[in-house]
Amino acid sequence: MIAKQDIIDKKRLTPKNSEFFKAKIKNNNNHRDSKICSSIEESIKRSGLKDGMTISFHHAFRGGDRVLNKVMDVVAKMGIKNLTLASSSLASVHDPLIEHIKNGVVTQIYTSGLRSKLGEAISRGLMEKPVQIHSHGGRVHLVKSGELVIDVAFIGVPVIDKFGNATGHKGRSKCGSLGYAMTDARYAKYVVAISESMEDYPSFPASITQDQVDSIVLVDEVGDSSQIGEGATRMTSNPKELLLARRAAKVIVNSGLFKNGYSLQTGTGGASLATTIFLSEKMEEENITASFGLGGITGTMVYMLKRGQIKRLLDVQSFDEFAAKSLGENPNHIEISANQYANPSSKGAAIKQLDVVVLSALEIDVDFNVNVLTGSKGLLRGASGGHCDTAAEAKLSIIVAPLTRGRIPTIVNRVNTIITPGNTVDVVITDQGVAVNPKNSELKQRLRKAGVTVVEIDDLYKKAIRICGKPKPIKYSDEVVATIRYRDGSILDVVKALA
Amino acid sequence: MKLRRSMLFVPGSNTSMVCNAFVYRPDTVMFDLEDSVAVSEKDSARLMVYHALQHFTYEDVETAVRVNPLNSIYGLLDLEAVIRAGVDIVRLPKTDCVEDVLDMQEVIEKIEYKIGTSKKTKLLAAIESARGVVNAVDIARCSDRLMGIALGAEDFVRDLHTQRTKSGSELMAARAQILLAARAAKIHAFDSVFSDVKDKEGFEREARYIRDLGFDGKSLINPNQISVLHKIFAPSKKNVEWSLDVIEAAENAKEKGLGVVSIDGKMVDAPIIARAKWTLELAKASGMLGGDE
Repeated sequence: MIAKQDIIDKKRLTPKNSEFFKAKIKNNNNHRDSKICSSIEESIKRSGLKDGMTISFHHAFRGGDRVLNKVMDVVAKMGIKNLTLASSSLASVHDPLIEHIKNGVVTQIYTSGLRSKLGEAISRGLMEKPVQIHSHGGRVHLVKSGELVIDVAFIGVPVIDKFGNATGHKGRSKCGSLGYAMTDARYAKYVVAISESMEDYPSFPASITQDQVDSIVLVDEVGDSSQIGEGATRMTSNPKELLLARRAAKVIVNSGLFKNGYSLQTGTGGASLATTIFLSEKMEEENITASFGLGGITGTMVYMLKRGQIKRLLDVQSFDEFAAKSLGENPNHIEISANQYANPSSKGAAIKQLDVVVLSALEIDVDFNVNVLTGSKGLLRGASGGHCDTAAEAKLSIIVAPLTRGRIPTIVNRVNTIITPGNTVDVVITDQGVAVNPKNSELKQRLRKAGVTVVEIDDLYKKAIRICGKPKPIKYSDEVVATIRYRDGSILDVVKALA
Repeated sequence: MKLRRSMLFVPGSNTSMVCNAFVYRPDTVMFDLEDSVAVSEKDSARLMVYHALQHFTYEDVETAVRVNPLNSIYGLLDLEAVIRAGVDIVRLPKTDCVEDVLDMQEVIEKIEYKIGTSKKTKLLAAIESARGVVNAVDIARCSDRLMGIALGAEDFVRDLHTQRTKSGSELMAARAQILLAARAAKIHAFDSVFSDVKDKEGFEREARYIRDLGFDGKSLINPNQISVLHKIFAPSKKNVEWSLDVIEAAENAKEKGLGVVSIDGKMVDAPIIARAKWTLELAKASGMLGGDE
């Protein structure tokens, strides 16, 4: 190593005694395939992964992910323990993690979401250390601010070349945007790319590039692309969802933001998708085009892009095969990283340019706080996602949810878990009335004028309770099982173990 | 006259639908205890509908119940339950002649007397046979409780030895007869359900057709059909504007003590004012003058 002092000191270095000489040695051509490992085990060995380190994964394959479990099994077999697992999110397919936690392989988790048996086991006190729940934007902030230091990132990609250039919109197991993986590729100390098909070098355009990748492993399968939407992107025929969607579209149309060049983000789920379709009809009627659609991108958004109703799509995650395919074909369908999408400390997160976002909720309370993480039994069964990021930055944040789900009220006095603070929520749309945050009195008047039935959120709460009765409070113990980190890293709430 | 464009059929045994139907705001919710309810669920459906009718969520919506025929073992039990629960309208299952209506009326009167209610339950007769169509004129005017007559197409076409077609020609005679009978008796006329929920275009075509014929509304089997139907029954923007002008002119005239006014040189008198008021009522219910659709 040459000290800085040596470089600036004109007299100290001479060609003969310096290290220049060694550096002049010509690289051996045999090293051109050197990144390729014969197995996951070899890549782990090369990475130098040791007890106590942090490993990361991305969730672009959602329920179809075939990478995380594979890698974790190898890690466990190699006897590595006490790891921090930082997956951008976790789906029901990751239930096998329960065993790795029990065996001490994983002792700490950072994730956006937890579901299924894993969520339930953690809710019942499986882990010693509380899980850190972050938003999509907040995760990048934790990485960049140095709290979350990724030692080894394992990045599943459908297609790669021998030097590490990889994309998500090609191959058999397309996942579309690699927006979340891009963060890990950039900031992890060591990057292992795991793929199932190799293209000739150089494979471009690439989302993950050669200068970011240390090792490459080929496996049989990295993901099942039919499951990247987990069935979330079918057009609904459910009358309640359609009613909510029509109402949401009406609110948007009359919000004052519905004009040429406006921008839009809608999530998955029946009501949200249908809202997009109703909006598309209204945009056609009134000859309005949107400047961009953001976020998790669905086939509906792609359809609007193709018809010229939306000029560009900024895609951090593709929610279905249509979106994954379009990303590779349409130059106006643009892949963005999680940092470009939602990181609050990024120099430019796209959500800061966003006009309207339509979001869902498990619970909303009378102060407009939203819970998308814990269910009515107090179990971890959802994900923070981009919820609080978009709500905080969009000009108009709309939450759409039925007033009751079966016998469970959706509008409650106090949410189980705060993911999105009420002061960042503008409108709550239910099948039995629309409530506007009192801080937004202008919008309230505007909607009333347009004939939307605007009611007080307290009245919605009272009605929900009148229909369902008051649920018994969930019994928690004192033990904290998850910490809710707001997008700036601060602690917003905690989830306690079930008693 | 009350607006009755949409009458949403809700199987009385479908818990979720019974709990949720009110949110879709049809003009009338019609709980069914008859054909859509399996024999094994007749009692539980009756009990559920009995409670739904009294629940606050159905306070603001007109309710009807299609009961089982009086000659079945369920008919009387159904009536006892729904009259006590305060239903607005009892829909007769199958009406072939005047006696069918009068028999039902008699039983209802007895129950109302027994429980001491001042509410006078209305009746809706469903015409589902050739005999019923032939007797429609008499049926329509046989009782002051009768608020309307409705066509039940599925049974009717079977009785007519034909089947349902896209064009609807098999129903031409029945529709015309039922409509005329209802109008002559100054009661409502309702068209049959459109059962192919997925055929949105077919539904719209039929809804437009029966609107033009003069029907007040239609029975519906899926909540998704409500907003489509209401849109079709909504008055034109031009008509709404004209009606607003008429009402304004009429009010001005009233203030000035004038009996007759004119708009654009055309005389505006009482029937025209009544029509304008009706148009605005319809416009309001269609979400054109504020309020949700």
